[in-house]
Amino acid sequence: MSEFLQQVINGLSLGAIYALIALGYTMIYGVLRFINFAHGDVFMVGAYIGFYAFPKLQPLLGDGYGTAVAVLLAAMIGCGLLGVTIERLAYRPLRSRPKLTVLITAIGISLFLEYTGQLPVVFGADYKTFPTLIPETTYTLFGGVSIGSTQILVFVVALALMAALRVVVLRTKIGTAMRAVSMNMNAASLMGININRVISFTFFLGSSLAGAGAVLYAISYPKINPLMGILPGLKAFVAAVLGGIGNIAGATLGGFLIGTAETMTAGYISPSYRDAIVFGILILILILKPSGLLGKGGAEKV
Amino acid sequence: MSTILRPYLYLAGGIALVLVLNLLVGGIGSYDQRIVVNIGINMILAVSLNLVNGFTGQFSLGHAGFMSVGAYASAAFTTMVLPAASDPMSQGLYLIVALLVGGLAAAVAGLLVGVPSLRLKGDYLAIVTLGFGEIIRVILQNVSSLGGALGLANIPRHTTFLWVFIILVFVVFVIERVIRTTYGKGFLAVRDDEIAAEAMGVNTTRYKVVAFVVGAFFAGIAGGLYAHYNSLIKPDDFGFLKSVEIVVMVILGGMGSTYGVIFAAAALTYLPEWLRSFTMFGIKFSDFRMSIYSLVLIVLMLVRPQGLFGGFSFKGRRAAAKKAPIG
Repeated sequence: MSEFLQQVINGLSLGAIYALIALGYTMIYGVLRFINFAHGDVFMVGAYIGFYAFPKLQPLLGDGYGTAVAVLLAAMIGCGLLGVTIERLAYRPLRSRPKLTVLITAIGISLFLEYTGQLPVVFGADYKTFPTLIPETTYTLFGGVSIGSTQILVFVVALALMAALRVVVLRTKIGTAMRAVSMNMNAASLMGININRVISFTFFLGSSLAGAGAVLYAISYPKINPLMGILPGLKAFVAAVLGGIGNIAGATLGGFLIGTAETMTAGYISPSYRDAIVFGILILILILKPSGLLGKGGAEKV
Repeated sequence: MSTILRPYLYLAGGIALVLVLNLLVGGIGSYDQRIVVNIGINMILAVSLNLVNGFTGQFSLGHAGFMSVGAYASAAFTTMVLPAASDPMSQGLYLIVALLVGGLAAAVAGLLVGVPSLRLKGDYLAIVTLGFGEIIRVILQNVSSLGGALGLANIPRHTTFLWVFIILVFVVFVIERVIRTTYGKGFLAVRDDEIAAEAMGVNTTRYKVVAFVVGAFFAGIAGGLYAHYNSLIKPDDFGFLKSVEIVVMVILGGMGSTYGVIFAAAALTYLPEWLRSFTMFGIKFSDFRMSIYSLVLIVLMLVRPQGLFGGFSFKGRRAAAKKAPIG
């Protein structure tokens, strides 16, 4: 039983990170109706921003939580700006084109970030060790279940960001505009909403969550390299689909479920099937309920 | 010239061309020969994916998965079932048998993937096929009798330039012929307007499954050729990036244009090799080649999304490919 609870805690902390990435997928899908394949690579860049920002910020802020928060913010802002730039240069000119064109462009950007990141003058193809942001302490809870300070940080940051996102989307003017655009872009435009600004803002928000997820992922799994974003990106995408793509609560739920399923598979079946189980879930959900757990299925109009 | 005979004349011409080229290819270095054979294999992959993506309009991102099934099935058949072959005659015979085994195994995989996936459209289908490709890779990594993550080694090198390109000619012939029959128009109908096709009595599900299975069959044959050329295959050779590579060939060539796709497969296989040795202003491009490759893709989508040859068929007629298949 205690092993099971331990797996649940590990799974939820991994799932919290997937949820943060999944939120970016789902929000971008919500407004633009396409899968931002480059999202996982924006996540990767976030980890590197954190990696390079740490030595600059540490002398100013000292050890401890101040630096951790500053590194997190640097990664979030950096990724947000990267996301806005990608949208501006690559996706905006294609907005009225077929979705397939945009999908290919997204794959192109994904490859560009991966290959350029591997250049020796950029990040280099080798693994780098992410610095320890907070002192690692392990707290033992009831029945031999333990939780690390890193995991606590992951939970606190992830839940705080999710709550903040909820406030932004439901309570602010730009959040209302985002929801309007996701319902009907043309009608929103006729109501005087600046579509381009809303889309840029969505990209900033979604990408900065990926940046936060990247720092949390990198302190949990400190080996970073330019291809690190592919699998977490795909899994987070599965999480978004599982919850119902376009649905913010669904992405959070899907992230936690995928993270738990993955650690359970690794713990009870075999670690080598942890990736396969995620795609298995994806295929099952798309065959049984393509709209996802919380998504609303729409009838196809002829 | 009789219109009935004309396609067969093209077929004979294609085979004759390959036979002539086969005499020339013996004179080039082994490194260049390897590039040429890889180009041929990629052409088969791209032409077969074009049936699914280009002609039937079903966006598949799992082609490398079918290729790996064919590669592993044929390689396992050659190494475990067939006796060793010494003379070119029996080598060729064994290769054909092994390729058929690989192709059929991949076709079965195509059927298994195709039937459940066909409820989905557009980017969802892309993701599911991607997922299937990854699952096939993970399974191969965990089957120890097939070498696991280390791969299957010591596969006899039966693949030659001649075999690759003769098979390419046949694949092109079959796909181009099928597309031009009354039956084959059904594929285009599914792509152009699925609902209208359904209303006209076209069995869209059946067409999609057939496209998937036939595409997978040819991908399996390409995988078999790859396995018998490289004599070592690893699950990682057939990852997501390989699928993307094949998709890019189809997109660049222009979806639904067989000859454009063939050209794009050659260009995109050669481009990274060319950039490897290319120097300009004292900058060596070898480091940047994959970045350039991806930039080419992005720029292409921005300026010419229908691909280089999209909208044209072989004789320059405007084809239905002008209209984007998925939207």
